[in-house]
Amino acid sequence: MTRATPVALALVAAGLLVLPWYAQQDGLLGFGWLREWTGRDAAPALFQAGDHGKVWLWPLFGAFGCGVVGWRRSGDRALSASLLLAAGGFGFGYLLLQGFAVGLKGPTIGWLAAMVGDAPWRQFALGAGAVAAGAGFLILLALGIAGRGGFGGDAFVTGAVLAVATAVGLFAFFPVAKVLVTAVESQAGALDLAAFWQRFAAPKIWSLECLSSARRCGVAWNTIALALAVGAGTTVLGLAFALIATRTAFPAKRILRLLTVLPIICAPFVIGLGLILVFGQAGIVNAALEKLFGVQPTRWIYGFQGVFLAQLFAFTPIAFLILIGVVEGVSPSFEEAAATLRAKPGTVFASVSLPLMRPGLANAFLVGFIESIADFGNPLILGGNFGVLSTEIYFAVVGAQYDQGRAATLGLILLALALAAFVAQRRFLGRASYVTVAGKGFGGGAAPMPGWAKAMSYGIALPWAAFTLLLYAMVLAGGFVEIWGRDNSLTLRHYAKAFEVEWSAHGPIWSGVAWNSLSTTLALAAVAAPLTAALGLIAGWLIARKEFPGRRLFEFATMLSFAVPGTVIGVAYILAFNVPPIELTGTALIIVLCFVFRNMPVGVRAGIAAVAQLDKSLDEASATLGARGGTTFARIVLPLLRPAAVAALIYSFIRAMTTVSAVIFLVTAEYDLATAFIVGRVVNGDYGVAIAYSSALTALMVLAIVAIQALVGQRRLGRRAPPVPARARA
Amino acid sequence: MRAYLTAASAVAGVAFLAAGPVAAQGNLTVLCSVQAEWCQAVATEFQKASGVKVAIVQKGSGEVFAQIKAEAANPRTDLWFGGTGDPHLQAADEQLSEVYRSPRLAELHDWAQKQAADSGYRTVGIYAGALGYGFNSELLAKKKIAAPKCWADLIKPEFKNEVQVANPNSSGTAYTMIASLVQIMGEDKAFAYMKALHASINTYTKSGTGPIKAVARGETTASISFMHDGITEAVAGFPVGVAAPCEGTGYEVGSMSIVKGARNMENAKKFYDWALSADAQAVGAKAKQFQTPSNKAAPLPPGAPKLDEMKLIAYDFKKYGASAERKRLIDKWEKDINSLPK
Repeated sequence: MTRATPVALALVAAGLLVLPWYAQQDGLLGFGWLREWTGRDAAPALFQAGDHGKVWLWPLFGAFGCGVVGWRRSGDRALSASLLLAAGGFGFGYLLLQGFAVGLKGPTIGWLAAMVGDAPWRQFALGAGAVAAGAGFLILLALGIAGRGGFGGDAFVTGAVLAVATAVGLFAFFPVAKVLVTAVESQAGALDLAAFWQRFAAPKIWSLECLSSARRCGVAWNTIALALAVGAGTTVLGLAFALIATRTAFPAKRILRLLTVLPIICAPFVIGLGLILVFGQAGIVNAALEKLFGVQPTRWIYGFQGVFLAQLFAFTPIAFLILIGVVEGVSPSFEEAAATLRAKPGTVFASVSLPLMRPGLANAFLVGFIESIADFGNPLILGGNFGVLSTEIYFAVVGAQYDQGRAATLGLILLALALAAFVAQRRFLGRASYVTVAGKGFGGGAAPMPGWAKAMSYGIALPWAAFTLLLYAMVLAGGFVEIWGRDNSLTLRHYAKAFEVEWSAHGPIWSGVAWNSLSTTLALAAVAAPLTAALGLIAGWLIARKEFPGRRLFEFATMLSFAVPGTVIGVAYILAFNVPPIELTGTALIIVLCFVFRNMPVGVRAGIAAVAQLDKSLDEASATLGARGGTTFARIVLPLLRPAAVAALIYSFIRAMTTVSAVIFLVTAEYDLATAFIVGRVVNGDYGVAIAYSSALTALMVLAIVAIQALVGQRRLGRRAPPVPARARA
Repeated sequence: MRAYLTAASAVAGVAFLAAGPVAAQGNLTVLCSVQAEWCQAVATEFQKASGVKVAIVQKGSGEVFAQIKAEAANPRTDLWFGGTGDPHLQAADEQLSEVYRSPRLAELHDWAQKQAADSGYRTVGIYAGALGYGFNSELLAKKKIAAPKCWADLIKPEFKNEVQVANPNSSGTAYTMIASLVQIMGEDKAFAYMKALHASINTYTKSGTGPIKAVARGETTASISFMHDGITEAVAGFPVGVAAPCEGTGYEVGSMSIVKGARNMENAKKFYDWALSADAQAVGAKAKQFQTPSNKAAPLPPGAPKLDEMKLIAYDFKKYGASAERKRLIDKWEKDINSLPK
């Protein structure tokens, strides 16, 4: 703790005295700012306040001074902690306040503008200096709070909570709040509740006419019905796959694992496209039916059934990834104990194993529900006339009307649905203890599943696996076919167009159309994935392990960006980050941040579910031996969280590579993303290149998954491998 | 080993991110709302002609309008190339585009110059295309339906659920249809017609070119689209035919606008002038596009629909491009047509 204080103060000093306070045009590493170090654009805060009239920056130096005093007075712990708290709290809070209060064209608050009058109170967006100073102040704040006894006196926990809370607040809450505020505003920007009510209560959203007539139901009801069906479906399928993968002697387990993960790897449009290629009016199945039975091809795939199928494909893998960690973590000793007490395998399974898997089942259902309500690509391509909230929002934003208020209102409803699901899940889980990974050793293998459970699992999972295989074979074949459905001659033309490399006198020229977006996407996803996993796991640990005021709000906040649909997040980011104090649009950073905060919730969920199974006695043992919070986390908890880490890394990398709706507004000409490019090709009807590119992307991501699993490693719990056909008696 | 890898990737990541946006010298950022092949060709040709590095991204006109509006306080885009004229006029109406009178204006057809004048010189016409029908000749033969020739044909019972058109909320093409029908038949008759047409429509797609792509793939029998898009599909080998409605039809004036407050204003103006030249407009034909170029000296692509051979109405772009009128008509469509049972 005492070591951290000078580091934090050094950070603040660097921010205030050395680094440029405002954002630089060419980035920090351009080092152009060194040449004009005292100039108006590149000066640190000291010169900005002294030479260039930015007098509102002086209070920050006061906070810095207060912090130094607190450090020197470290003998008196209570006083020192209070001073650090005051310095950090005031410094950080004021930094944000002045950023929002003084804008590009002058003060943004009425009375401030009046008070200032004609004085040139203007400033650009915050830059490296502000970020460094802010980070330093935050650390001081954490040290101060811990010093005063908050959060159990643990500085690491305090710091982690503050850091995650700030990050989530700035990059998830603030943009969403900005958009939601526009829900209650009129087009001109003034508060207008009547307009809000009119938008909210529109029959297009809430009508129930489909039950009584041939008219369509409101989009809200459509969304709920679809999401419930998908949540249930994916949980059942995921459980079947997880049970087969961990508890049976099924020979082709690796293939099964890969197969369940395939749909998550492909961009959402491709799954819908594959379904159309197979089931569309001109698709294979309809063509075959027509040839064999003379059945007229129809557009039956478009509508609820098509979207439901596509979302089942897309979201079963997530349920599987969540459930497999949980199923593996169920301690066999409980099942052995039940068997020793002469319970039949069926009773053991139903009354011991399944209830112990409840956190995973509930989480998987919740994830499936939320993914379904936020999904955009599949309803767009397969919905036909079946409207859901996310497509409505897209039309409201992108449409000829550009009705921000309507988009925001619909987003509000979507958020309410997610919140309802979250609350329902909490009640279902209750307060029972799910601890199964304890400090005591055990050596049993997992009990074999009862016959009926095994039969059901096989019966559900295997046909699904075969279906998935067929779909992907079709889509893969599409990349090698001239024109699908019309000219079935084989060709490599599409791959050549996408990935051509020409040789010139100066070396290779990447002339294929796909290289630009591919390299950008890979780089940004590779940066975002570890950040997402780290943030998610730390947040998950804090939520599951530590009690602190505002924990529920914290948990909800981390889940927030998951529930808000991608298009709203995209527009929110553009609106919130296109003007000072935080100006990020057009950079790669905004895309990375969008990735991180959109995908963090899965890391959090996986972390919570996994940590819920770790007994507190492990933490306590470590603490008794003198380890501080940080050491316990790094050396005890983290290695046991490996499945959750793998799940989070894989999921965030893949989602970063395949997300469409959130980034479609953030893509620029310099930073084009693979998914946006493929969507463009699909919409243009250039299926050959789109499929070729998607297939290559898929192959790349399979490689990435293998690499991640190899790097992070498997968790080794003391168990033997499941016994090969052990026939349990009775 | 693992720690080293993590550290190395962290450093690389930070370096990459801190690099920030590329220096603005000699660059141009363009959002393009025509077909992707044409966008790429235009970027390459301009780069060859002027040395300016062009970063171009293809996005639908509705999306581009939304992006420009959201970025209005601090624009990242310099120029908007192509896309049907109404969103450009709406952007001009809302003062999101820059006023610029190109020296090449006199070389253009009247309809292109009128587009510029109507918008207060915030936009200009770069091509024109007529609205019409696309149809899959194989499916028509199989279902024994005659090819549609008039608006009245599409509401006949044999076309029930066989037609696709875009949703005017997101597509300029569909809005052009509504405005054209209103100008041909009068507002009340037009909406009565569209109510009857609703029975023939199987899907209202998001993108304007969605219906013609579906026709090409055999997913639907007929579509209401721009005729030049149908020709593009036919040239690519699909069994697509096009026709102009006999009662009369509307047309689009594809436009180009410079974004107000563009960072690379000089290069944007250079591109603007270049794009209006006959050479630049011939690039479209090379990219297999069949719109009618706006420069009088630019050759009409062989196979392109000839605008003077069809019955075109005198489309009032100024009236129907205004924000308020667009909103009113689209809202009315939403209320009267889109809410009908399917």
